[in-house]
Amino acid sequence: MSETSPETSLDFEAVQNRAEVALARCEDPEQLESWYYATLGRKGEVQLMSRQLGQLSAEERPIFGKRVNALKQALQVAYEQRREEIERQALERRLSAGAIDVTLPGRRPRTGTLHPSTLVLRAMCRIFGDMGFQIYRSPDVVTDEYNFEWLNMPPEHPARDMQDTFYTRDENVVLRTHTSAGQILAMREYHPEPIRVVLPGMCYRNEQITARSEIQFHQIEGLAVGEGITFADLKGTLTEFARRFFGAERQTRFRASYFPFTEPSAEMDVSCFQCDAKGCRLCKYSGWLEILGCGMVHPVVLRNGGYDPERFSGFAFGTGPERIAMLKYGLDDIRAFWGNDLRFLTQF
Amino acid sequence: MRVPISWLREYVDIDLSVDQLAERITNAGLEVGSIERIGVAGAPLEWDRDRVLLAHVLAVRPHPDADRLVIATVDHGAGQPKEVVTGAPNLFPHLERGDLSELDLWAALILEGATYLDPHKDLQPTKLKGRKLRGVYNDAMLCSPVELGLGEDHDGVLLVRGDELTPIAGGRSEIVAGRPLVDLLGDAVLEIDIIPNIARCASMVGVAREVAALTGKVLRTPSTQVVQEGPSIEGKLVIETREPELNPRFVAFLIEGVEQRPAPFWMQHRLRLAGQRPLHVVVDVSNYVMLEIGQPNHTFDWGFLQRRAESDPGYDPGGPVRLITRLAEPGEQLTTLDGTRHELLPNNILVTDPAGALSIGGVMGGEESEIQDHTTDVLLEAAAWKFTNIRQTQRQLGLHSEAGFRFSRGVHPELALLGARRAAELLRTLAGGTVAAGCIDHVAQAWAPVEIELDPAYVNERSGLDLSPEQIAAHLERLEFSVEPSTSGRSTLRVVAPPHRIDVEGPHDLLEEVCRMVGYENLPSTVLASHLPPQRGNPALEAEEAARDCLVRSGLHEVITYRLTTAESEARLRDEEVSVGPYVELSNPSTLERSALRRSLLASVLDVASNNARFTDRLALFEIGAVFLPRPDSPLPEEVARLAVLLRGPRQGAHWQDGTDPGAAAGELDYFDLKGVIEILLRDLHLDGAEFSATEHPTYRPGRAAELSISGRTVGRLGELHPVVARDWGFDERPCLVAELDLGPLLGSASRAPVVTPIPVYPAVREDLAFLVDESLPAAALVEALRSAGGVLLESIELFDLYQGDKIAPGKKSLAYRVAYRSPSKTLSDRDATRLRGRLVEAAAGIGATLRE
Ligand SMILES: [Zn+2]
Repeated sequence: MSETSPETSLDFEAVQNRAEVALARCEDPEQLESWYYATLGRKGEVQLMSRQLGQLSAEERPIFGKRVNALKQALQVAYEQRREEIERQALERRLSAGAIDVTLPGRRPRTGTLHPSTLVLRAMCRIFGDMGFQIYRSPDVVTDEYNFEWLNMPPEHPARDMQDTFYTRDENVVLRTHTSAGQILAMREYHPEPIRVVLPGMCYRNEQITARSEIQFHQIEGLAVGEGITFADLKGTLTEFARRFFGAERQTRFRASYFPFTEPSAEMDVSCFQCDAKGCRLCKYSGWLEILGCGMVHPVVLRNGGYDPERFSGFAFGTGPERIAMLKYGLDDIRAFWGNDLRFLTQF
Repeated sequence: MRVPISWLREYVDIDLSVDQLAERITNAGLEVGSIERIGVAGAPLEWDRDRVLLAHVLAVRPHPDADRLVIATVDHGAGQPKEVVTGAPNLFPHLERGDLSELDLWAALILEGATYLDPHKDLQPTKLKGRKLRGVYNDAMLCSPVELGLGEDHDGVLLVRGDELTPIAGGRSEIVAGRPLVDLLGDAVLEIDIIPNIARCASMVGVAREVAALTGKVLRTPSTQVVQEGPSIEGKLVIETREPELNPRFVAFLIEGVEQRPAPFWMQHRLRLAGQRPLHVVVDVSNYVMLEIGQPNHTFDWGFLQRRAESDPGYDPGGPVRLITRLAEPGEQLTTLDGTRHELLPNNILVTDPAGALSIGGVMGGEESEIQDHTTDVLLEAAAWKFTNIRQTQRQLGLHSEAGFRFSRGVHPELALLGARRAAELLRTLAGGTVAAGCIDHVAQAWAPVEIELDPAYVNERSGLDLSPEQIAAHLERLEFSVEPSTSGRSTLRVVAPPHRIDVEGPHDLLEEVCRMVGYENLPSTVLASHLPPQRGNPALEAEEAARDCLVRSGLHEVITYRLTTAESEARLRDEEVSVGPYVELSNPSTLERSALRRSLLASVLDVASNNARFTDRLALFEIGAVFLPRPDSPLPEEVARLAVLLRGPRQGAHWQDGTDPGAAAGELDYFDLKGVIEILLRDLHLDGAEFSATEHPTYRPGRAAELSISGRTVGRLGELHPVVARDWGFDERPCLVAELDLGPLLGSASRAPVVTPIPVYPAVREDLAFLVDESLPAAALVEALRSAGGVLLESIELFDLYQGDKIAPGKKSLAYRVAYRSPSKTLSDRDATRLRGRLVEAAAGIGATLRE
C-alpha cells in the first residue's frame, strides 16, 4: 500500500490542532505541565498514538513513524515557545507591579557649597594660572608705605582722595585699600627675577555700607615684571582673560585712566553681556561694563620694588570678584556677600 | 565737572555728534559719566522745531478785563505779529511804552501743540491747548525758563536782550524772529569725572584743548587783552610772600567803579549749565573765569582793605596797602564767606594784612573782606598755591570749594596772570569798571618749564607700537608739547611740557600721551613673550583650598564674614584668650559695630549662624579666614589663618519617603557629627598624629569639649557651645556644635602624600570583643592599649556598641569592638587568632578593662 488512509491522516491533524488549542489556553506553569503530561508525557496522547505502530503493515510503518515523530517535534517546539511566553508574561506581571512614580523628588546627598567669592576668585586664578601667573598672598594690615607711598602716592597725593582709608590707632598702619599693597612685597621677594603673579585678597574702604558699597571686598591684582613687557602684552593678556571668563563673543575696550602706580593707565571695559552691548540699565546705557583697572607699572614703583626701570618693564591690573559676580549674576546688592544668607549662598 | 557743549564750541569746532564726542574723550581718559540734554532730541523735554520759537517783543498793552494780565505783541517770523496773554511780572515794566522793537527784547514763544513743563502740575510735560483767557482766544504762550526745562527760574518769562544772547547764538545774525529755540539754546552737558591726572581739564578751555588735540582741530583760547585806563596800581599795593614754596606767585589787578548788577544772560546761562547759581556780576565773572580757563581767583572789597590799612597805627598815610601771605599763627581764626568760623592750623596758608587774616589761600575768602552791595572798587587776586598744602587744608578744615577743588589738584602758575587779565577785562566790560594801569605780579618762586629727553625707542618698546620719531613728535605737538631733536647729538627728542601741565615728570608720561593720542583701541594686542619666571608652588594655599573642598564634600556651606567687629561682640565667647586683647583698632571706623579687627573666627561664624537660624533649621557652616593678633615687637599684627565650623539642627534633611517627622528618627547633630567632619578633614589632608582629648573651656559646654592636637601641638578646640554663650547669640536650647582651629599647623604638616598599602593577599580573622571598663576611662586609652598589644597583626578595631545600664555593674561601661587580625605574609590560623586575643585581653587588663564573655 502506497498511500495513507484518509482516516489516519485526518487523525494526525486533529490531534495536533486539539493539542495546540489546549496549549494556547495554558496560562501558568502548572497548566503547562498538565498539558505536557496529557499530550507528550509517557501516557500522553501522542505516546498512545505511537503504540498503534504495531498494528500497521510494514509499508505503512515508516510513514506512520515519521508522522508521529513530526507531530512530537512540532508539539515540543510549540510547548517550548509557550513556556517562554508564560515565563515572560509572569516576569512582566511581576515587574509592572513594582512601578514607581519617577517624577517624585530624588533623595539628595547632603553637599555643601563654596562661597560665591571663592568660586569667582578660583575661576580667575585658574585662567591666570594657565597664563603662568602664580598666586601670591600678602597681609591685610600694612604700613602706609606699602599701601601708598611706595606705590607712588606720597602723603597729600590727590590720588589718596580716590580711596577712603581705614587707619588703625597707629597712624602709619592701615587696612589695605587695594591688593596693590602686595606688589612691593612680591617684587622685593623675587627681584631681579621676572614676576608673574596674581594677588587675591580682602581689601577695606571706609565707606557707608549700602547696596553699592561695602567696607570690605576682595580684589585680585595681577603683576608681570620682566624685560620687554609692553602695553600690547597687557592688552593681549587681559583680552584673553575676558574672553575666557566672560565668553568668546565678548568685546573688550581699553580707555585711558589714572592710577598713581601705573603709567600709562587704562580701564578695561567688556561689552555688556546683559544687553549684548545695545544699552541697558546694567551698563548705564553705554553698552560697556567697567571690569578692571590696569596699566604699565610706574617707574617709581619698579624702582621701589628693586627693579631698574630702564631695563625692566611690567604691567599690573586689578579687579573685584564681588563686583564681577554682581554683573555676571545680575545681583543688585553687594551686602548679600557678607550677609551669608544660606538662601543666597546655596544658589551658586 | 559739567561741560556744556555750547560753551565748549566757543573754543573748538566740533564735528562729532555728542555721543561720538563723549566716547572719544572717554577713551582718552576724560570719562563722561552722563550726558544731560536740553531741548534737543533725547532731552526730557524736546523743543518742537516748529512750535518752540524765538520771538521779538514788539509791544505790551494792558488786558482789557484783567489787571494782572497783559497782552504782548510779538513777532515770531510768521509775517503777522501774534498777540499773547501773559501774567509775567517782567513784562509789566514795558506796559504802554509804545513800540518796543528798539529795546531788542526777545522771548521764547510756544505755539498750540507744543509741550512744556507745567509748574502747576509738578513740572509734568503738558501739551499747550488753545483756550479763551478772559475773552481772548490764546493759542500761544510765552514761557518761563522753568517751563522750558532751563532751570528753576519762574519769576517771569524768558526775556533776553539780543546782545546778551549773541555769545551763545554764535553771532548777531543768528538772532532772528521765528528761529527754532533749539538752534539757540538746545544743548548737551557732559558730566566729566576729573581724575587727578587730568586736573588740567577742570575748565572749558582745558577740555577744549583735549578735544582739539584728539580731533585735529585748532584751539581758540579766550582773549587776555585788558584795556587799562585807570590810574596805576603802582604804589597802592605791595605783596609779601613768607612761604615762597606754598605761594609761588600772586597776581593782583585793581578795578575801580564797578556797578553791582546781574551778569548778562549768556554768562548766567552758562554758569547755570555748569551747575553754579549766578549772584551778581563781580562774583559771576570770578566764577566764570575759573570755569573757563581753570584759574580760580578771588575778589576783595578794595575799600575795606584801604580802611583797614588806614586804621593800622603803623600805616604810612598815602602809602600802599600791604598784603602778606603766610602760615596761620597759633590760635588764629577766620570766618569764611560761607559764614563758618574756622580755627586755623599752623600749616594753613592765608592771605592777610597787618591787621589779620583775610582769606584762606586757594580755598575760600573771608566774610569781612568780601564784595558787598555797596562795593565799587575791587581788588582781583589770582595766585598759585602748592596743591598738597591746599589739599591738607581742605581736609583739615572740612572746607571744600570749587577753587579748592582745582588748587588741591594743581593749577599751573602760568595761568595766574592769564586768569587775572581775563577777569579784569570782563569786570571792565560787564560791570562797568575801570582797570587800573599796571598790575602786581609777585613771583616768589620761579618755575621752569619741564624738559624731558625722550628716546623714541623707549616709546616703541613700552607700547608695542612702531612709530617714527616724527610721528611721536607730531602726537606730542598736538598736545602743545614742543619737540626738537636733542642737542646732545643722540637720537633722542628734547620735549618741553606746555605751560599748563604740572603732571609731566618723565618719559613714562610722554609714553602715556602718545598712547592716548594714538588711541588705546589702536594699540596692538600681543601674547606675553617675556621669560616665564621660576615656577614656585604655594603649598599653604593648595592645602587651604583642599580643606575647603573637603569641608564642602562633607556637606558644609562656606561663609565669608566681616573681619571687622568689636571687642564687646567677641566677649560673648567668654574666652579670655580672645577678650583680653589687644585688638587692632581703627581710628576712623565707618560704624561702631565694625571698629576693630577680629581675634576670633568663631564669633564671626556664630553671627552668621544666628542670622540664618531665624529661617533655617539645619546649619552646617565653615569659614576659613584670618584673625588679627597684635604683637609687641611689630607695628603689624600676626594674621593667623583659622578654620571655624558650626553644625546645628537635624542630622538629616526631610524626604517624603521618611514620613512626616524624619528628623526625629535620625536625631539632632551632635558632637560626634562635628568630630566626624574634622576626622574626615584630617584623613583627606593625610594628617597623622592627631589626638582629641577632653578639655574644659568657658566657650564650651562642660564635659562636651575636646582639644585637638597634632603631633603634640594644640591646634584648637571643638565641642558643644556653652548654652549661656549660645543664648547670647540668640540661639534656643538645641545644641550648637562648634570648632575653631588654627590652620597653619593643621596644613603645614599636611603636604605629605597618603601612605598606600597593597590590597591584602591573605584573609582576615574577625571577631567581636566587648570590654568592661570604668566609666571615666576614655575609649581612646583602651584602643591605644589594644593597638600597641596587637601590633601590625591588628588590622582594624572599630567600636560598634557602647553600653551603660542595668546589665552591667554601676560605674562601668561596656565598649564592644569588631577587630580584624591579618598577617601580610600568611593565612592566620585559629591558634594565631587565639594567641592574639590573649595579648589584647592581657593589655586591656593592664588598664583595668575586663573582657565580657
Ligand atoms: Zn547693557
